[in-house]
Amino acid sequence: MEEFSSIPDYGLNWLEASGDHADIVLSTRVRLARNLQGHAFGPRARVNDREAVLRQFRACAPRCESLRDGTLLELDGAEPRTRRILLERRLVTRDLLGDPGEDPARGAAVHLSGANPTSVMVNEEDHLRVQSLVSGLRIEEAWRLVDRLDEELGRELPFAFHQEFGFLTSCPTNVGTGLRASVFMHLPGLVLTKEIGKVLQGLGQVGLTFRGLYGEGSEVVGNFFQVSNQTTLGKAEEDLVDHLDKVVRQVIQYEMHARQVLLRDALGVTEDKIWRAYGLLRYARTLSFEELMNLLSGVRLGLSLKLLPGLRVYTLNKMMIFTQPAHLEQAAGRDLPAAEGDAHRAAYVRRILATEGDVSADDSLSGESRPPTGPDA
Amino acid sequence: MSEMVCDNCGSTDAVVHLTQIVNNEMSTFHLCEKCAAEKGLESTPEPVSVPLTDFLAQMGHEQGEEIQPGGQKCSYCGLTFKDFRETGRLGCPHCYETFAPSLRRLLRRVHGGTQHVGKVYLPPDPSASEMEKRLEGLRRRLHRAIESEDFERAAELRDQIRSLEPA
Repeated sequence: MEEFSSIPDYGLNWLEASGDHADIVLSTRVRLARNLQGHAFGPRARVNDREAVLRQFRACAPRCESLRDGTLLELDGAEPRTRRILLERRLVTRDLLGDPGEDPARGAAVHLSGANPTSVMVNEEDHLRVQSLVSGLRIEEAWRLVDRLDEELGRELPFAFHQEFGFLTSCPTNVGTGLRASVFMHLPGLVLTKEIGKVLQGLGQVGLTFRGLYGEGSEVVGNFFQVSNQTTLGKAEEDLVDHLDKVVRQVIQYEMHARQVLLRDALGVTEDKIWRAYGLLRYARTLSFEELMNLLSGVRLGLSLKLLPGLRVYTLNKMMIFTQPAHLEQAAGRDLPAAEGDAHRAAYVRRILATEGDVSADDSLSGESRPPTGPDA
Repeated sequence: MSEMVCDNCGSTDAVVHLTQIVNNEMSTFHLCEKCAAEKGLESTPEPVSVPLTDFLAQMGHEQGEEIQPGGQKCSYCGLTFKDFRETGRLGCPHCYETFAPSLRRLLRRVHGGTQHVGKVYLPPDPSASEMEKRLEGLRRRLHRAIESEDFERAAELRDQIRSLEPA
């Protein structure tokens, strides 16, 4: 079986920051839940169910144009670090990997396409979770990618479909379209102006929901939010996707407005926060992942507001992914205890900022254009 | 209010009264439960966001509950309604038939309705009615693609429709 080290770029397309509003919207993901007739759903599936599901998928995958040049990784045979890297890139879920410290269940697998940013998890809570992950705000494109792949798979696989309830899923909250579209957003302006509560509450009223970085149950760190549709039944896929797109664009407007308020009413404090964050990232000798995420939030805001010239969104995106524990271990070629990991993380960030994000040359410019108040300025 | 006739099928038990305002003209429809469900309308107003587990725990304990499927069991996978209530997960596709009445109530609460209106799956060996449903779904999407001037998409859908339509 192919090991992850030989296929290092999967799940990283979105880093390029080429999508709309890439400074505020990091990535867009759409996934469809599908199950096969004749087998119990994930939580109640026996080994022979799981193996049969994987067998059927494996037979069908080579004939799917969308999965061309891809690779199928069986997770119970994969290196533990490889699995964690997949998790850190959001190509698999904790659920698929099973209990920590134990091997994933037989049949748990992920197929990564080489042709486009799509992948399929096999034997998760649902037999198949078809997903796409693209840069910035591109819900429509992400939906098309999974729609096409779903059509290709559906031509060969006997999906469990009901005339009334639609595509049947293990959890009734996913039934119908089985579609969950989520947009990963950075909303520091709304957090700093304390408007975020209202916005999040508003999302609930229009059928959307939000989560932290790693999906369900995870905490909000560094002002990063995942906004997604809550209901999956009773609306066509295109309507769900359109609705999310419209609301997210509205949230972006609120965020931009909040940022203007910060610049107008609290420029000094905001600038100070941003430069402190940059300074810590540039020179700190240890960084926990959480601290890093909070600092990256500050620097990302600075970049958006053009207060930190010379920095690219791509650099910041890259730092979010490659500073996660398994990625650092992969780079070091060995396991890293937490304290050592913090040192490696800080070293990685310093190195990247020295080569790709040295903004100090422009520092004087920023100072001149916005002088502190005083008679000599 | 005396008995209302359903505008759709003519039965005398219209329970859903829909008022629409289109181009400043108000019109009211009366529909029976069945026709309303077919049109994707439900007598339940807005979906409420109650955590699924809370809602499940409540199910089957309500006063006057006719369906008390705690002991009912899916003949295919053996899941009982109690199992479902505890885990929030169904066991297999058959469970949706086994527990359909209770599930409908749940789905109305969670999604605001029970009728799927999205993509229609076409099994490898489709019946005539499955084929018709699929075509209906594709035509709906084609219409939508044209409306939103997404002609690339429309062309794809039109090809799919042509490949299914009898020559």
